[in-house]
Amino acid sequence: MANINLAPEGGVVNSAPQSDSHEFDATKTRTQGQLVLRRFLRHRLAMVSFGVFVFLILFAFIGPLIWTYDFEDVSSKAYQPMSGTHPLGTTQVGKDMLALLMRGTGYSLQIALIVAALATAIGVIFGALAGYLRGFVDTALMRLVDLLLIIPQIAVAAIVVKGFSGSWYVVALVLAAFAWMQIARITRGETLSLSQREFIEAARACGATTPRIIFKHLVPNMIGSITVNATLAIATAVLTEAALSFLGLGVQPPDTSLGVIVLENYGQFLNRPWLFWGPFIVLVSLSLAVNFIGDGLRDAFDPRQTKVRA
Amino acid sequence: MIRYIIRRLLISIPILLIGSFACYVLVASAGNPLAEMRFRPGVTEADIKAAEISLGLDKPVFVRYWNWLTDFLSGDWGQSIALGQAKTAVFPAVTDALWTTGRLVIGAELLALTLGVSVGVLAAVRQYSIFDYLATSTAFLMFSMPIFCVAVIVKNYGIQFNNVLESMGLERWLTTAGPRPGGFSGSFGEVIFKYTGTFLLPTVALMLISFAAYSRFERASMLEILHSDFVRTARAKGISQSRVIFRHAFRNALIPVATLFSLNFGGVLSGAIITETVFGWAGMGTLLVNSVRQFDPPMLMGWLAVTATLIVLFNLVADVVYGILDPRIRLG
Repeated sequence: MANINLAPEGGVVNSAPQSDSHEFDATKTRTQGQLVLRRFLRHRLAMVSFGVFVFLILFAFIGPLIWTYDFEDVSSKAYQPMSGTHPLGTTQVGKDMLALLMRGTGYSLQIALIVAALATAIGVIFGALAGYLRGFVDTALMRLVDLLLIIPQIAVAAIVVKGFSGSWYVVALVLAAFAWMQIARITRGETLSLSQREFIEAARACGATTPRIIFKHLVPNMIGSITVNATLAIATAVLTEAALSFLGLGVQPPDTSLGVIVLENYGQFLNRPWLFWGPFIVLVSLSLAVNFIGDGLRDAFDPRQTKVRA
Repeated sequence: MIRYIIRRLLISIPILLIGSFACYVLVASAGNPLAEMRFRPGVTEADIKAAEISLGLDKPVFVRYWNWLTDFLSGDWGQSIALGQAKTAVFPAVTDALWTTGRLVIGAELLALTLGVSVGVLAAVRQYSIFDYLATSTAFLMFSMPIFCVAVIVKNYGIQFNNVLESMGLERWLTTAGPRPGGFSGSFGEVIFKYTGTFLLPTVALMLISFAAYSRFERASMLEILHSDFVRTARAKGISQSRVIFRHAFRNALIPVATLFSLNFGGVLSGAIITETVFGWAGMGTLLVNSVRQFDPPMLMGWLAVTATLIVLFNLVADVVYGILDPRIRLG
């Protein structure tokens, strides 16, 4: 599932910098960043998704401060139907479902964001190094990618969680260790072609060091595809974490996440459907929203994009 | 071509060796298989020492890995050391589980690939039609859906469908608990009836997820190719529409899907693991979950080695198919 964004449309070409801006507006020059932002803000679906995403963040992190029940509070009666006091009912042990959902969404978001940040950082550094230095470094890093691709992530995550701990940050670290390869491959590919360009040659002729060339010259020119793929990595991480936790091999109680909530309640699908559909809707809207934001960003960064004008 | 295959196989040997060593170290450091023994009544320190020596746990990890590797390659995959099912041989356990999972995955993947590719091609040829919007939005939704939720939904609607059948005075058709051991019996019609009843729900669940990825991918690559110069040339020459689509565009649009199919194998496997868990099939997923819960290193190593080898083989097959689809790629 993680490998879907290799699509032909995936690469973002940033070949048209500031000089293009007069094409859109003859009176005012805009920087590349302003153009991208304008295109993103006018992407309707992406903006709606962004709203949903912000709402979910507020729901997860501000919600628990307002809501009357705590997610660990087991004082309510078990399996109450939906009502004013418990909008989503209560679970088998008498936890309020809404409070549980807020906490679960929070953990799932935390994990997904950390996984995406780590995976992007590792992937960009490794990919840029491999593509820029070539030769031995390239071969070694790409073999490492091959190696990680043959070991099933689900098994490694399960063993690590069993052997060490099922805290949310351990799960995040394991997921990140298997999520960076995609970004590394894309970054490497773009670096290979970018480092043939004159401005890199010029930088090298001026005596710029490798880290300077990578972070000051290469990365800013790849920022489009990096951002898009980082966003998509969040979506993948949300689903992978939920799947692992659903198998009972990810986040372990007393920590909770959306996957754990579904695992604990899916047996009630026919009798108390709201216990299943609640976490289901949160999970799907989270992953849909992030995917749509990624799509919007891709369109915004793509200068060939004509659907939405800036 | 044969030289290329041999070379690829030779390259994968060191990768598999390093990979299996990394797995061995991981499994060895994840826990002590004798930890539970200490809490059993009547177990003395000497018993634990004896068990340690018989399992070779007193030796350094390199030696243990070497012993495991030589045994594994000579066909002795060891025995389970978990408590409940003491002394189950690893080899039959893993191959049985693989057979169960394989039957499920192969059918579902073939269906998903055929359906996904045809829907993708249709959506691309009729771009911006109602069919295209429907297919694209369905694919997007399915793509964002967690597999286990799809499986749970499919399973429960299957149960409700069974209830409807029963209330109409018919037999319950769909099975939601995995195939019964020993195969199916009865007349030919009955076997077909039971077989489809058992396989239908998990296959549908697994298929829906893969289908989304294939159709999205096929649509994107087909669109790109339909707008390329050589397709325009073919049209200009007066070649019929269907010939342009099938002989010129379709063949080329299959290449990225072939890549996806190979790279996706790990993802499909984890999808199968989850589907199996929901439907209670005794396949690779159940085996993994149980071996991790009971902490059974020999079983885990057998599982990991088989899966890693399969993934390597799959990637190789995909590369060969890639070469057949695209003669510009010279293998060798």
